[in-house]
Amino acid sequence: MNGPVKIDARLRKRLAAAGDTAAFELNIHLKSDAAVTVLWGASVAGKTLALNCLSGFAKPDEGRILVNDELFFDAATAVNLRPRARRCGYLFPDHALFPHMTVRENLQFAASAARHSSRLNKHRRMTELLEAFELSDLAACKPAQLCAGEKQRAALARMLVGDPRLLLLDEPTRGLDARLRQAFYAVLRTTRERSPAPIVLVTHDLEECMQLGDFVCLMESGHFVQSGPREQVFAWPANADVARTLGIYNLLPATVAALDPSRDTCLLDVAGSGVQGRYLKGRLIGDQGYLCIRQTEARLMPNLGRRALNQIVLRVQAVTPSAQGVRVLLEHGAAAVVSEAQYELLRGENTLTLEVPPPAVYFIAK
Amino acid sequence: MSAPPSIDWFPLWLSLRVAALATLFVLTLGTSVAYLLSHKNFRGKEALDSLITLPLILPPTVLGYYLLVLLGRSFGLGHLYQAIFGQPLLFTWQAAVVAAFLHSAPIYIKGARIVFESVDYRYEWVASSLGASAGRTFFRVTLPLAWRGLSSLASLCFARSMGDFGVTLMVAGNIPGRTQTLSVAIFDAVESGNGQTARMLVVVTSVTALLLLWVAARVSRQPARASHSASLKE
Repeated sequence: MNGPVKIDARLRKRLAAAGDTAAFELNIHLKSDAAVTVLWGASVAGKTLALNCLSGFAKPDEGRILVNDELFFDAATAVNLRPRARRCGYLFPDHALFPHMTVRENLQFAASAARHSSRLNKHRRMTELLEAFELSDLAACKPAQLCAGEKQRAALARMLVGDPRLLLLDEPTRGLDARLRQAFYAVLRTTRERSPAPIVLVTHDLEECMQLGDFVCLMESGHFVQSGPREQVFAWPANADVARTLGIYNLLPATVAALDPSRDTCLLDVAGSGVQGRYLKGRLIGDQGYLCIRQTEARLMPNLGRRALNQIVLRVQAVTPSAQGVRVLLEHGAAAVVSEAQYELLRGENTLTLEVPPPAVYFIAK
Repeated sequence: MSAPPSIDWFPLWLSLRVAALATLFVLTLGTSVAYLLSHKNFRGKEALDSLITLPLILPPTVLGYYLLVLLGRSFGLGHLYQAIFGQPLLFTWQAAVVAAFLHSAPIYIKGARIVFESVDYRYEWVASSLGASAGRTFFRVTLPLAWRGLSSLASLCFARSMGDFGVTLMVAGNIPGRTQTLSVAIFDAVESGNGQTARMLVVVTSVTALLLLWVAARVSRQPARASHSASLKE
């Protein structure tokens, strides 16, 4: 970590089985110095429960929550600030604008609830936010008259009126189309300019995670399977399961065939082909595992029959259309997406060559 | 045919006054209890809920008997009332208010609890995370959102208060010009074979009730339409 730790939350909460829901345990340690921390995971990973614990609407059984060195919760010393004392901005997927108030009244409610600044300052802040989020013309509208994007901007503006100490965004782009998604990313930049508060964003959208997250926590059934700076997490998934869950990698069974520390290289045996990469620290010749490579980093070529280093020959199993072009499924569950024009060159082949550039070679032990 | 007897308007005014006061008490006390039941968890919550529902099931005579004992001079509540107001409670029009209150409060509380529970909790969460106090959240967010449901419950409550007969008769009695409400007056007229008066009073009651219900429906109808057209636009 480089800067001071902004969020340090150790949370443990057990939910007993009730009715048709099974028992669940949330057990995470979120420690981040980033401006935007993303909790990524499927819908039952416990992301929203984590947000509720941070904002004070759920009480952890054990743990401690520190936000910018301020203690929100500590089970050991029975400290548990009420939600209104924590002042977390909480953005719900449906925005939860008060339906009986206009946009301006929604902001006014937030302004008058925040007790720490003068009336003039509040008014100035409100006007400023209405302008920053392009709401000046909509200030007199009721939420029902706004479209999804406008509602979201209004909810963000309302959240920022009272200078929150922590911003919690729960699936902010759920139900938005691609255009509105991009608009939201821009709006989030505005949000970051207007508030120094760290942001915790919950999503199951990988694209959003990549675009917005500085620090990424991958969640699965109540715990982090991996967390760290975004580049690190996506460059080096912790294990094969994480890589599979993320779904953007090709995992090919590999064996370490040679290691040369003096030249900083290693040689992997992948489906009978040699793949050269950087030296693997702490591995032994004969170690079993996977070659893990991003689908977009491997190049698909016709099989020329020659055996060359870093070229893996694989059988074609299926070809399906995809949003970005054509998706070619190969043996061992590998896949590659190529453009339609590129696919014309590969059409009809039974085997194809997957070329792996040496810097992209990443070995995951079994 | 004899000329129509001049109508004694007293029972109507008394009924309206009793119903208005009972509704007022139900609105304040009942709303608080309903909010408590919907938002807080405490021991004996469902027991309290059952106790509140009890007057709906008990026959008016049983309820009346309980009240006679509880509000009588020999018992704490009646004694307390006399100590404060200097007169006994039983067989006064104020006792009719208590009867009407008991008659209508259970329905209001049961309904209001559901109305409060159906207000999306996220609005209240947002309000408190914005720093609003519990009171502010209640008056500015929860209550306005529950208002439509509560107002129609209140009109139901008023109507039920107007219509109470059994309990009122038992605890307030049938003293013309003092405790005789509309429903009791009608009973009295029929009992004494005064068909003309009974018919007049029945018409007056029906017209008043219809008028009140119509006003209540108008008051709570408007927002429903607005939100409907808004949801269509979405």
